[in-house]
Amino acid sequence: MSKVTLKINGESHLLDVPPDMPLLWALRDTLNLVGTKYSCGIGVCGSCIVLIDGVPTQSCVMPAAGMAGMEITTIEGLAPNGDHPLQKAWNDVDVPQCGYCQGGQILTAAALLKQNSNPSDKDIDEAMYGNLCRCGTYPRIRKAIKLAAQYAAKAGVES
Amino acid sequence: MKVLDQKTGMDRRAFLKVSMMASGALMIGVNWASAALANELDGSTWIPNLYVRIDRDGKITIVSKNPEAGQGVKTAFPMVVAECLEVDWHDVNVEQAPLDDRYGRQVVGGSRGTPDGWDDLRIAGTGALHLLTAAAAGKWGVSAAECSAASGTIVHKPSGKSAAYHTLLDIAAKLPVPDVSDLKLKSRPEDFKLLGTFVPGVDNPKIVTGQPLFGCDTRLNGMLYAVFEKCPSFGGKVRSANVEKIRKLPGVTHAFVIKGTENLNGLMPGVAIVAKSWWEANSARNQLQVDWDSSHADSTADFNARAQVLSKEQGETLRADGNVEKALDSADKVIQSSYYYPFVSHANMEPQNCTARYHESGRMELWAPSQNPKSGRSLVSGTLGIPEDRIHVNLTRIGGGFGRRLRNDFMVEAAWIAREVGRPVQLQWTREDDMRHDFYRPAAWHHFQAGIDGNGRMTAFDHHFITFGKNGETISGAGLSPDHYPAGLVQNFRLRQSVIEANVPTGPWRSPGHSAYCWAYQSFFDELALAAGRDQLEFRLDLLSRSYGKPPLNLERTSGTLRVAAEKAGWGRKLAANRGLGMAFHYDHGGFVSHVAEVVAKGSKIQVEKVWSGIDIGPVINLSGARNQVEGCVVDALSTAQLEITFADGATEQSNFSDYELLRIDQSPEIECHFIQSDFPPMGLGEPPIAPATPAIANAIFAATGTRIRELPFNRSGISV
Repeated sequence: MSKVTLKINGESHLLDVPPDMPLLWALRDTLNLVGTKYSCGIGVCGSCIVLIDGVPTQSCVMPAAGMAGMEITTIEGLAPNGDHPLQKAWNDVDVPQCGYCQGGQILTAAALLKQNSNPSDKDIDEAMYGNLCRCGTYPRIRKAIKLAAQYAAKAGVES
Repeated sequence: MKVLDQKTGMDRRAFLKVSMMASGALMIGVNWASAALANELDGSTWIPNLYVRIDRDGKITIVSKNPEAGQGVKTAFPMVVAECLEVDWHDVNVEQAPLDDRYGRQVVGGSRGTPDGWDDLRIAGTGALHLLTAAAAGKWGVSAAECSAASGTIVHKPSGKSAAYHTLLDIAAKLPVPDVSDLKLKSRPEDFKLLGTFVPGVDNPKIVTGQPLFGCDTRLNGMLYAVFEKCPSFGGKVRSANVEKIRKLPGVTHAFVIKGTENLNGLMPGVAIVAKSWWEANSARNQLQVDWDSSHADSTADFNARAQVLSKEQGETLRADGNVEKALDSADKVIQSSYYYPFVSHANMEPQNCTARYHESGRMELWAPSQNPKSGRSLVSGTLGIPEDRIHVNLTRIGGGFGRRLRNDFMVEAAWIAREVGRPVQLQWTREDDMRHDFYRPAAWHHFQAGIDGNGRMTAFDHHFITFGKNGETISGAGLSPDHYPAGLVQNFRLRQSVIEANVPTGPWRSPGHSAYCWAYQSFFDELALAAGRDQLEFRLDLLSRSYGKPPLNLERTSGTLRVAAEKAGWGRKLAANRGLGMAFHYDHGGFVSHVAEVVAKGSKIQVEKVWSGIDIGPVINLSGARNQVEGCVVDALSTAQLEITFADGATEQSNFSDYELLRIDQSPEIECHFIQSDFPPMGLGEPPIAPATPAIANAIFAATGTRIRELPFNRSGISV
């Protein structure tokens, strides 16, 4: 077992986990943060994406023991009250069908909007390429990201 | 005179009335009888029936009875109740029901949720409102007929009196259950305020913030985690396994062989490993060594060879109208073509899982992402010998169904392991388990021969269907109705069937059968129209203009959807040489859907740019949910047309999204939905839009590239998306 202190959603957690245990399972089984989802286990579907120092990362293939000192953001920690522009847009466009992949989709989109406040369809397709959605909500994901960009721009003007 | 049932006090007339008017026959009457009998005040909560609860503090709760797998029922069902109860949607709290026989059918499948629930849900809302109205009228000493309701308040206009629902609970709870024949149920779009509008899913706030919802999100005190290894070759038994060694590995608490049964849909033989964390259980599995006793070695290569042999035989004739052979002989032109599609997997994003807790008292509790929890309960009961009334099933949100979770192998595995272990256990399959132990949509071969007369009309249709079965009978998902079109649309028709013996598990896959063979029919119609020198739309509308004997589908509604899709797509407009439009119509599971697809080709690489859909499922309940299903079906069709499951040595060769590559966002088309809100009862939409999407796209690919796709996946014809 390996002891490691992880900084997750702004809080420090001391964990004692198997040295090879991926962050995904440390989040889900040790910390009961189940918003991060298991689906492929080999880093190709994006359901388990979290932000590591702001970068979308497949947590199913990253050992937790190696992540000391990094800023980890899970879907639970994206916004304190669930009022991130993407979360609002995701609801207003009604993106989810089954909803299983959507946490990973939203975090990937959050990283995109940080870098590009007004993404085109092409920008969106490139940024979201690693996130599978079996239900086929892709057209709505494009729409919601654009709407979130508008919400963010409006909030920026107001504040 | 009203006759009351002596035992229940239930008005027999009301009971029978409901039974008669309900679409699903007697069961719905029975449901309503027990639902209505619940009219009572429980502490501070009024429970007029199983679907509605109103608290003294004004909180309104509507219960959704069916499992939610992304088909949108957890939003759509309560919307129907809210519409009839006259409450504002933002005041409604939605709660998921557990498995409870009083609700009747609790299944995600067959697109039947909406048609089956329509009467019960409206009666629940309208019946509760009737009691509240009667309560207010009684309190004020006025006629109920003079009272109206809106936004959770009963109003008596002549006197200006009004009362919020929650102030009427004590009186309402003492009133007799209304006679259903006295309830005026809303049925048409012009009656609706909420239905037909765009309503986001009720679980969205939890989904976008990552709150626990799904089966695998279940967390219980003292819970252990399990993996279960089964024989890669379906049905193989365990001769021996190194479980002693496995038990000593880090974190592992239990490792044992489960002898299992011979039921491919039930508890198969295997080895369970239980540990303090799932990661430790699965890591231990890497060192598991099992000596398997495999019983068969089915392979795709053998299936193909057998299909070749059978294609030269006559097969069993399932239907014969007129004289096909004579009609083919005298036809102006005879067109022959063969189509093949492979096995495919469901590939739900949430791999199969189930959480179970066995109580010392002998009671079993399950948290199951199951599309058919009732049949899962029966499987657990039969396999473990636990009476059904000692098994409680909680319905969790489901990370994708598509028919896979109509089978409950994961439930019985979790239940067995939890009883053995004596502690709560979550069984979590890996992605590899999920893909290798699916109930696949069966492959099939369609050999068509059609005759066309001098006017370009189809006069004969001969169809040799080669499918899969066991002991000569088709297996799950492998059948084809002899009454499926073009039977009934052509004078001379024959359907012949040959069966390949198979040991691989198959099952319903979103719009079972239809989602596969519609592509073959509608592609062949394209070939026929072309050979006849006729426009695709005109050829199809003509085909749908008359029937011989009983029509296989409602011709008018089908044509209606085709006309709408064609008109919206601008059918007939001039296109660049590398662009093409393709179309298809279909009817299944109560829904009529036609699509027109537009494709642009760069060499053999194509992009499906846009799909226009004409849909007739009667009145739409949730516009967002309905569109979501159409969009999802189109994407699913395009994704699945590029996929294939193959077998070798009795086992599945694909194992993960790296060799079973679902569609990604950059390939996703734009989809435009046009609903014909016809005067029919509403139907479900989880399935009908998928079948015609594949051929609409394939026909557009032909129009853009000149390549006729006669084998799936697309890459067999050199086409990539």
